[in-house]
Amino acid sequence: MAHERTIKIAGEAGQGMQTIGLALCKIFKDAGYYLYANQDYMSRIRGGNNVFQLRIADKPVYAPRKNADITIALDRLSVDCHKDSVSPDGVIILDRDRFAVTEENILFRHIPMYAMAKEIGGSELFVNSLACGVLTGMTGIEYHGVREVLKRTFAGKKEEIVEKNLQAAEAGYIFAKTHFKQNHFTIKSVNAKESLLMNGNEAIALGAIAAGCKFYSAYPMTPSTSIMNVMAHYAKDFNIVVEQAEDEIAAINMVIGASFAGVRSMTGTSGGGFALMTEGLSLAGMTETPIVVVDAQRPAPATGLPTRTEQGDLDFLLHAGHGDFVRAIFSPGTIEEAFYGTIKAFDLSEKFQIPVLIMTDQHLADSYVNIDIFDLKRIKIQRHIISKEDSGLVKDYKRYQFTESGVSPRALPSWINEVFYADSDEHTEEGHITESSHVRTMMVEKRFYKKAAGLSKETENPKTFNIQGADCVLIGFGSTYGVLKEVCELSANRSVGHIHLPQVWPFPVAEVTGLLKNAKKTIVVENNAGAQLSKLIRRETGIKVDTSLLQYDGKPFNLDYLLEQIEKE
Amino acid sequence: MLEAKDLKSNDEIAWCPGCGNFGILNALKQAMVQLGREPKDILLVSGIGQAAKLPHYIKCNCFNGLHGRALPVATAAKLANRQLTVLVTTGDGDCYGEGGNHFIHAVRRNPDITVIVHDNQIYGLTKGQASPTTDPGFVTKFQPSGVVLEPLHSLQMAIVLGAGFVARGYSTEKDHLSWLILEGIKHRGFSLIDVLQPCVTFNRKNTHEWYAERVYKVNDDGSYPSGDKAAALHKAAEWGDRIPIGILYQMQKKSYEENIGLYDRIPLVEEPIENTDISGILKEFI
Repeated sequence: MAHERTIKIAGEAGQGMQTIGLALCKIFKDAGYYLYANQDYMSRIRGGNNVFQLRIADKPVYAPRKNADITIALDRLSVDCHKDSVSPDGVIILDRDRFAVTEENILFRHIPMYAMAKEIGGSELFVNSLACGVLTGMTGIEYHGVREVLKRTFAGKKEEIVEKNLQAAEAGYIFAKTHFKQNHFTIKSVNAKESLLMNGNEAIALGAIAAGCKFYSAYPMTPSTSIMNVMAHYAKDFNIVVEQAEDEIAAINMVIGASFAGVRSMTGTSGGGFALMTEGLSLAGMTETPIVVVDAQRPAPATGLPTRTEQGDLDFLLHAGHGDFVRAIFSPGTIEEAFYGTIKAFDLSEKFQIPVLIMTDQHLADSYVNIDIFDLKRIKIQRHIISKEDSGLVKDYKRYQFTESGVSPRALPSWINEVFYADSDEHTEEGHITESSHVRTMMVEKRFYKKAAGLSKETENPKTFNIQGADCVLIGFGSTYGVLKEVCELSANRSVGHIHLPQVWPFPVAEVTGLLKNAKKTIVVENNAGAQLSKLIRRETGIKVDTSLLQYDGKPFNLDYLLEQIEKE
Repeated sequence: MLEAKDLKSNDEIAWCPGCGNFGILNALKQAMVQLGREPKDILLVSGIGQAAKLPHYIKCNCFNGLHGRALPVATAAKLANRQLTVLVTTGDGDCYGEGGNHFIHAVRRNPDITVIVHDNQIYGLTKGQASPTTDPGFVTKFQPSGVVLEPLHSLQMAIVLGAGFVARGYSTEKDHLSWLILEGIKHRGFSLIDVLQPCVTFNRKNTHEWYAERVYKVNDDGSYPSGDKAAALHKAAEWGDRIPIGILYQMQKKSYEENIGLYDRIPLVEEPIENTDISGILKEFI
């Protein structure tokens, strides 16, 4: 069993929990720990109850736990929300002077956080830095590391403000050291090697930049928005145009227009926005324009739970858009898969001239993990277009020329000396509108069957762990990867295997059939009510899995809950 | 040197005989000949409708997309390759109805594209329903008691939204329309040319004869102040016994591409992407 601790900072939206949470991640990372952090926030700008939860360990960790060892409650609501999820030897740090908690509870530890913050900084705003100091003091981090990270965190602010934040943190640190002497929260550092601290959306944005994306257009929608922010942050450095579209319909049509003109293009949204994009998805299918679309899922239908997580869009993505056309759907489960998968998404979309979807969710989008530094040497970008040099030689160009693979050579407008036509109507090889049954049939076979045959050969293989002879095999896709992996590692009483699908379409039929054929007991774990993955497996392989473990409360599976469930099965 | 015959496409034209669209097609070809760019450097983007078929009848690059969605496609194609001359051929239903939101925001964005609206005040392809620009009281099968909605005053709307080039053409006045299109292309930024285009099958009110009695050129004597917004709004509102055609408003301002600094860099499409190095970014995440 890993040596680990889970800590939480809970308070109102607007109290700067995300800033301080991220600073804590960096502090622990720099101090040599492995960590996993997730965020649970409400759809409001101020107030409510938001939590930044951080798990630190001496080995890599990937999932949230049910209970926290230390919870810092910055307001009364946080005490009520979190007092039932405290580990047996855990505590809740609170400020009785600030909010009336009259009940006595052996979990509670009083710190006059607000008064201290005000005394030090002249404002209660510094309470989050103070909380950061308390947490680091209790867990045995050296103060020097805290100071260094906070200096970086607040760099750019006035020197006086930085100094007050540092003083508040130090006061919290000293308070913790002097008042909590038992040190039972201290965990040992393992000198984890140099790593990246990143969330899923950042990995997707970086993957897109590395893949040569030059145009990103989107309408802001939680939890996809931070992809747009990251793209915009680096836009100037990489000559990328990032466009805030008037709606998702415009966003996807812009992406199609830019790609038609020759640049790699991407959009990102959540289910509701993706609903608007479906006509554009179909347009990309018909005009054979390569595009990449990210769906960062949140609970639906309609507006659902805007800031929470779910894996409920699988059926929708499989079928989105009218008519028969080919698509690929990636379902990354880790930061690495989000990064490398996005690069591959661009490659496949250009190679087959199709829309490629990346299905992620709030849980992966907003969770931070420290990971090995990406191996940039692995990245090989190939353009599947006629180069500018070769374009001069092109004669009698047909945009939709029939080929064995179904993929026509792709020239760019103005690079070749001839003109060409792209059309959303059924069209001839030259791109002109036709109603010929013969041409129609040939075009469907080109766009659908022939491309599908080639594309299915490039599906990412399922990842498997410990499935040989396992008592039961867990199957998942997307963001459940981490929790399922840890369940396998921690299941004490039985041998549990895990199959993870980093790409759900084209479905890896032969591979999954082979893996499931001899499995003793199969359990699909997914964050939706419809058992969508179970049904997809049955539809594609004919295999009915034994059990579906479903959760659709807007939260990701936590490790402890899932361990209990698996033990019961 | 490009000639009109070089622009001839082999596609069979699917418009009704006598359709006002023919005048627009011919005027566009004439403008392109005068523009002197090669067809490969011109991109026509369209949505759905009779107007949207036009790109097939002329030999330039064409992207014929979805109903109402030509503007976002055209905007981004221009961003991706600013060396393309990008025009949109669209109808009143396509541009002001289905694509109304894109119209509003394309004007605000001000990309360097030229939008030619074939405005026949009717839905032709769906056989005769009212369009956003249909005159009130107009009777159709779907509006048997006559249209009760206010017509959408697209030119005024464009002026109010801040468009830098707002013009009205008339499809029968080919030379004048051709000149308008050329001026629209030359104008750096969003150019709107709303073209009066008689629908000979479904619009029995706004006919060739009806327009012939009413249309006049706004600046025949050179006295019209095309940079005066108030005068332009006033002129754009004129509809009835007299209908002005010409450049109703023109004011040069920075295009979207200029505003985002695109002209200082190589076109996006020319960027080599094979060796995009993100190692610098990764350092920020360590």
